[in-house]
Amino acid sequence: MPAKFNMRPDKNKMPSQHPKERAKNFKEVALGYTEELALDEANRCLHCPKPLCVEGCPVSIDIPNFIAKIKEKDYEGAYKIIHKSSSLPAVCGRVCPQESQCESRCVRGKGPNREPVGIGRLERFVADWHMNNSTEKAVKPQSNGHKVAIVGAGPSGLTCAGDLAKLGYEVSVFEALHKAGGVLVYGIPEFRLPKVIVQKEVENLIDLGVKVYTDTVIGRTITIDELFEQGFEAVFVGSGAGLPKFMGIKGENLNGVYSANEFLTRTNLMKAYKEDSETPIAHSKVVAVVGGGNVAMDAARCALRLGAEVHIIYRRDIEEMPARKEEIHHAQEEGIIFDTLNNPVEVLGDENGHVCGVKVIKMELGEPDASGRRRPVPVEGSEYVLPIDCLIMALGTSPNPLIKKTTKGLETNDHGCIIAKEETGETSRVGVYAGGDAVTGAATVILAMGAGKKAAKAIDEYIKSKNK
Amino acid sequence: MFKIVRRRDLNPTVIMMDIEAPLVANKAKAGQFIILRVNEEGERIPLTVAGTNKKEGTVEIIFQVVGGSTLLLAHKQVGDYLQDFVGPLGEPSEVEGFNKVCVIGGGAGCAIALPVARALHENGAKVTSIVGFRNKDLVILEDEFKEVSDEYILMSDDGSVGTKGLVTNALEELLKKGEKFDRVICIGPLIMMKFVCLLTKKYNVKTVVSINPIMIDGTGMCGCCRLTVGGKVKFACVDGPDFDGHEVDFDEAINRNKMYRDFERKKYEETCNLFKKEVK
Repeated sequence: MPAKFNMRPDKNKMPSQHPKERAKNFKEVALGYTEELALDEANRCLHCPKPLCVEGCPVSIDIPNFIAKIKEKDYEGAYKIIHKSSSLPAVCGRVCPQESQCESRCVRGKGPNREPVGIGRLERFVADWHMNNSTEKAVKPQSNGHKVAIVGAGPSGLTCAGDLAKLGYEVSVFEALHKAGGVLVYGIPEFRLPKVIVQKEVENLIDLGVKVYTDTVIGRTITIDELFEQGFEAVFVGSGAGLPKFMGIKGENLNGVYSANEFLTRTNLMKAYKEDSETPIAHSKVVAVVGGGNVAMDAARCALRLGAEVHIIYRRDIEEMPARKEEIHHAQEEGIIFDTLNNPVEVLGDENGHVCGVKVIKMELGEPDASGRRRPVPVEGSEYVLPIDCLIMALGTSPNPLIKKTTKGLETNDHGCIIAKEETGETSRVGVYAGGDAVTGAATVILAMGAGKKAAKAIDEYIKSKNK
Repeated sequence: MFKIVRRRDLNPTVIMMDIEAPLVANKAKAGQFIILRVNEEGERIPLTVAGTNKKEGTVEIIFQVVGGSTLLLAHKQVGDYLQDFVGPLGEPSEVEGFNKVCVIGGGAGCAIALPVARALHENGAKVTSIVGFRNKDLVILEDEFKEVSDEYILMSDDGSVGTKGLVTNALEELLKKGEKFDRVICIGPLIMMKFVCLLTKKYNVKTVVSINPIMIDGTGMCGCCRLTVGGKVKFACVDGPDFDGHEVDFDEAINRNKMYRDFERKKYEETCNLFKKEVK
């Protein structure tokens, strides 16, 4: 242990592209700690004997010990510690909501004007260091001869695949799209998570022996029953969130009205932000995004970078937005206009069937509702029209019906989410496990990863006990 | 990568290809579609499956050159490879349990109507096919249709082949004569499907249409292919592509298909110029 800790109350700021600059490009916003900043920040960690941060991490990364390795400048050693628990460290270091997980438990953050250790930033530093400096390739472990199939190459599926591969399983991942990564490639924008990083994480898994089959829709190309017939002993379903929700108001099918999923898929997966892209996207003048989650922020910031003035319309207050504070802050810095306590009531179209405005009603906060938040109620007579030429609905999703439709005996709840035990991912079908958004509905990358991890452990136990 | 094993040009802008994709060939049924990408930067193009050869492991597609991406595809020859080919997607068409069905195809839509007619025929239904084209140079799949139809009616806008007139003229004549169909299945341009549906509603004949809206993922994720059916939002990729034609809001669907028309035109010209340069 170093002789003295860094007792500064606040964490080292993340070097970032200037808001004015970054509002015009799709390059990564946060630039990452330098070695100097990382060492300084690592020294803020007190290496608690009972580390609460680890309890706050859905995949239980051994946080104090990886930070201790940073202090020793043994960055590869730090990487190895993280990698034991997380298959996607460079991703998590960027997109995890650390402020409500590991960092929320850190003792250094207790008390007024005190900030926790920048665990997420340190994780990213270590993962990036490894990518840029390490030549060590992951080695495929000795095979145990058992085959497991993973449905969906998103965060939960990739995590489950990585953990099982490390245990010696022959893992095949089936992905419906033409690229592996799930929401990491179609949803989260380049400026928050460069796609080359996702690509490298996937390559790491391939080095571990994981086989990735793109262009394969489970439920259509192959069914889950056929996977079992082909000798897979267990299947993990991480098929992700499904169809976008709409408000059900007039004018939602006018041209220029997108779901956030469509807008982001065009921009990210199909690279519509590039001038020579084969896939078109609207380059609008004024865009309104409806919703207050991370997806709304992503869509808004993409639209801004495509050259628009962007409004976020949200029916509650800014404090109640489910998006990460950091994302809201970034969006504000970049000049996105927040029309909070506002709610769309009608989408207006021009003579060409293209959106030309949105009629919005002002809201005020009434009595608390079931969620404990004060219920927003419309202010009578307060309607006004916001002239726009593009509207993006970021209201969440309902699960994809495909797997449910084509897998007998797989139970789902009233919302269509697959029913799975939280601790193990077990479903109503023996040998079928599930996790991520397909089970929870739209949630975060790290929660999906946590579910993938738990399922991997349960699948390992299941296959071992079956073959005893 | 997916190999092109056969190619046949049906008319100057409509091309048939057989693609090696055994898993898809094994599963695909009439009415379902696939999505392909020509190259690494390519658009995802949804195309209805025109036929399969399970033994050979090939899937037949028929497409019309309408934009940059289809033009690029049209330049691919036997032995070339496509980057991506995924499917089958969507719900298969209902083809069982009918006595007499009228299948209507318009233009390149005939490529999609044919496998449905074939499946109905194989399931024992009497099939009346009404197909329409602008003129005689554009007629496709005539022999194939005749093979699976008990009656084959060819219409053309200019009278250069078959009977002059629209498919709706032929259908109305049959219905007026008292012809009873269990069902009309209509596949073609939205505007044609709209008018067929207006007609069959008058005669109270259930009509199913196959909608081909703009799509991206095609697997039930992006919501781009939504349309209004019976006042509710439906997604062509997972709820369709077949829908009850009397419930579809065609005017909205027609408008939504126009969304990227200018972009498409520009891309088509750019791609044309690219090929012209290569030829020089």
